Amino acid sequence: MFFTYLWRELRRRARQAIFIAIGLALGIGLVITVTAAAAGVKNAQASVLHSLYGVGTDITVTKAPSTSSTAGGGFGFSFKQGVGTSARPKAGSTIDDNTLASDFTLSSIGAADVTSISKLDNVAAAAGGLTLTDRTVTGTVPSFNEGSGGGGGGGFGGGGGGSTGGGFTGGGTSSFKTNSFVVSGVDLANGELGPLSTGTISSGRTFTAADATKDVALVDSSYATTEKLKVGSTIEIGNSKAAATKFTVVGIVAEPAGDDSTNVYIPLTVAQSLSGLKNDVNTIYVSATSGSDITSVANAITKSVPGVTITDQDTLASQVTGSISSASSLANNLGKWLAIAVLIAAFLLASLLTMSAVSRRIREFGTLKALGWKSRRVVFQVMGESIAIGIVGGAIGVGLGFLGAAAVGHFAHPLTASLGGSTTGSATPGGARAFTGGGGGFGGAGGTGGAGGAGGFRGGFTHAAANAVPTVTEHLTAPVTLEAVLAAVILAVLGGLIAGSFGGWRAARLRPAAALSKVA
Amino acid sequence: MYKLTDVKKDYPKGRQTVHALQGVNLEIADGEWMAIQGPTGHGKSTLLQILGGLDRATSGSVLLDGTDLTRLGEGSMTKTRATTIGFIFQTFNLIPTLTAQENVETALVPLGVSGESRKARAAEALASVGLADRVRHLPSELSGGQQQRVAIARALVKEPKVLLADEPTGNLDEDTRDEIIALLEKLWRDKGLSMVMVTHDSSVARRAQRLGTMRNGKLTVKQKV
Repeated sequence: MFFTYLWRELRRRARQAIFIAIGLALGIGLVITVTAAAAGVKNAQASVLHSLYGVGTDITVTKAPSTSSTAGGGFGFSFKQGVGTSARPKAGSTIDDNTLASDFTLSSIGAADVTSISKLDNVAAAAGGLTLTDRTVTGTVPSFNEGSGGGGGGGFGGGGGGSTGGGFTGGGTSSFKTNSFVVSGVDLANGELGPLSTGTISSGRTFTAADATKDVALVDSSYATTEKLKVGSTIEIGNSKAAATKFTVVGIVAEPAGDDSTNVYIPLTVAQSLSGLKNDVNTIYVSATSGSDITSVANAITKSVPGVTITDQDTLASQVTGSISSASSLANNLGKWLAIAVLIAAFLLASLLTMSAVSRRIREFGTLKALGWKSRRVVFQVMGESIAIGIVGGAIGVGLGFLGAAAVGHFAHPLTASLGGSTTGSATPGGARAFTGGGGGFGGAGGTGGAGGAGGFRGGFTHAAANAVPTVTEHLTAPVTLEAVLAAVILAVLGGLIAGSFGGWRAARLRPAAALSKVA
Repeated sequence: MYKLTDVKKDYPKGRQTVHALQGVNLEIADGEWMAIQGPTGHGKSTLLQILGGLDRATSGSVLLDGTDLTRLGEGSMTKTRATTIGFIFQTFNLIPTLTAQENVETALVPLGVSGESRKARAAEALASVGLADRVRHLPSELSGGQQQRVAIARALVKEPKVLLADEPTGNLDEDTRDEIIALLEKLWRDKGLSMVMVTHDSSVARRAQRLGTMRNGKLTVKQKV
């Protein structure tokens, strides 16, 4: 009798039942679509972080330089005369300096710290790395430099990363050319960590253990294309004394888009030797034994090596900018609350319509009570009808949700993600870092004499924007998960229960006599 | 069967109180047929609802086979209606979405009768009112007289002790009225049940054993000679 009565009644008011079901379906479909979009954005973020972060690396450890420290960085262009010297080259003298130095945003960390971190609980592996910048300056010191009485020589323009910089023409006929590229020293014993972990060899070979002290290099595929390098080519890398060493390219490595601004990879030992940072690193890559241990490992590192900056995936996620973070914010905030608002509206509508339907059936329910039907039975009948409508609405809603998710995946613009630029010295995992030039570089105050004074400027060495701030493009998908579908079913039943409860309450309060006295 | 002692029923209406029943005293014997007449709004239907446990008296006692209905809880009252009392309404009050058979079955649902047995008893009840060939028809597919027959079958399928009929022929034409009253009379005799019928129709009232008149909430009973 229950199902017969239920089915007949829903058929009688099919239009209203369908209206309620569609209302519920829209709310549920929106919840599924927003959930799927949010999941897709989360997946995209994870993918972005992976490519920015490096496979296998859970934490990176860096150290910001103290304001008075010059250790480990601070490029000081000194015309081979040492940092801080006030000696000036003669006009007409030729400059050909190739200097390899640590990034001025990073301070040195001793190799002993790498070892101590690797021995901490829940650390699967730790590897040190050096991120260095090779800067080349060639040219002739201009003639106006003499007799100016003050200040240094003219400044010079900073070149873009990996590209030849512009020249500067001072008062005389000389010009400087600059070039810079990023060099990463890679710990060959822990290749699964660090900047090379996300790369794939597209030509040649990767490093072997035997390369630890050799002058061999891997070159990033984009840089290789720009500089017309291939396996077997020779590349010059400077050292702390501004002299160049020739390296043989043994392999070309393709990194994921946006990953790591490194142009050239060389063995860590060689990098340490060239940069004068023996036994030092400026980044430590750490892998935890499991994802749940990352926080405890981070805390342990902070205690073990005070003064360092810990970067993990959560930190990195908070730095991600671009449309991906906007999409994430949209999905989590506006999308979520919109879906909830629509669902509440659907529930309310269903409840109101159910109560209205019960009101129209007062005489019917009064008759059933007169026949001896308990209030409970009448309420169950009403709730059963509402739950049936809810289930139908849920089924339609799941379908709408799948359609909505497919539409999101099909029509969504690709999302971009960038790491916010930072000069604080906290390196991003995997070696990718962003820094803008400023402050560093040669300052030419210029004195009162000549155009040289006017020509003096504080030029900073800057990498090209594309290399300085890694940007990743991800296509948004919107996966519908089983959990989302189950949640939809539960919401549908809940919607039916809520609507039925209102109607059932109305029916239960009926006194048979009052009900029968109502005009049919 | 019934013993009513000083039964009163009051309804609030705004700031005033309507005294629907003003001290009704009545006794109905087992197997007796009583008709109640009176002008509209003088308490006939209210009295019937009190007899049927559809409403509670404000004061007084209503004994049905020794049980005071005014003291029963809602659950017990519902059970009494389910087992002991059959109702017939002026507007038939059939469930529009259920067939004739299913409508009759609704009276057996509270008794926990199984599906197959329900169907069988319902069919039998419909046959006893001459509707054996209409079991699968919806109320909208039946005439007024046929609908009332279904309602009668529904009221009697559970073999109640009491049949309460509120204007059972009020919505029927003359010929159909006579058919229905004849049917009710036959069933009353065959089953030996007590029947209380509210009616405007004097020709119907005359067929009862006793006649009562409600006026301003007071009942005057005349024994038929």
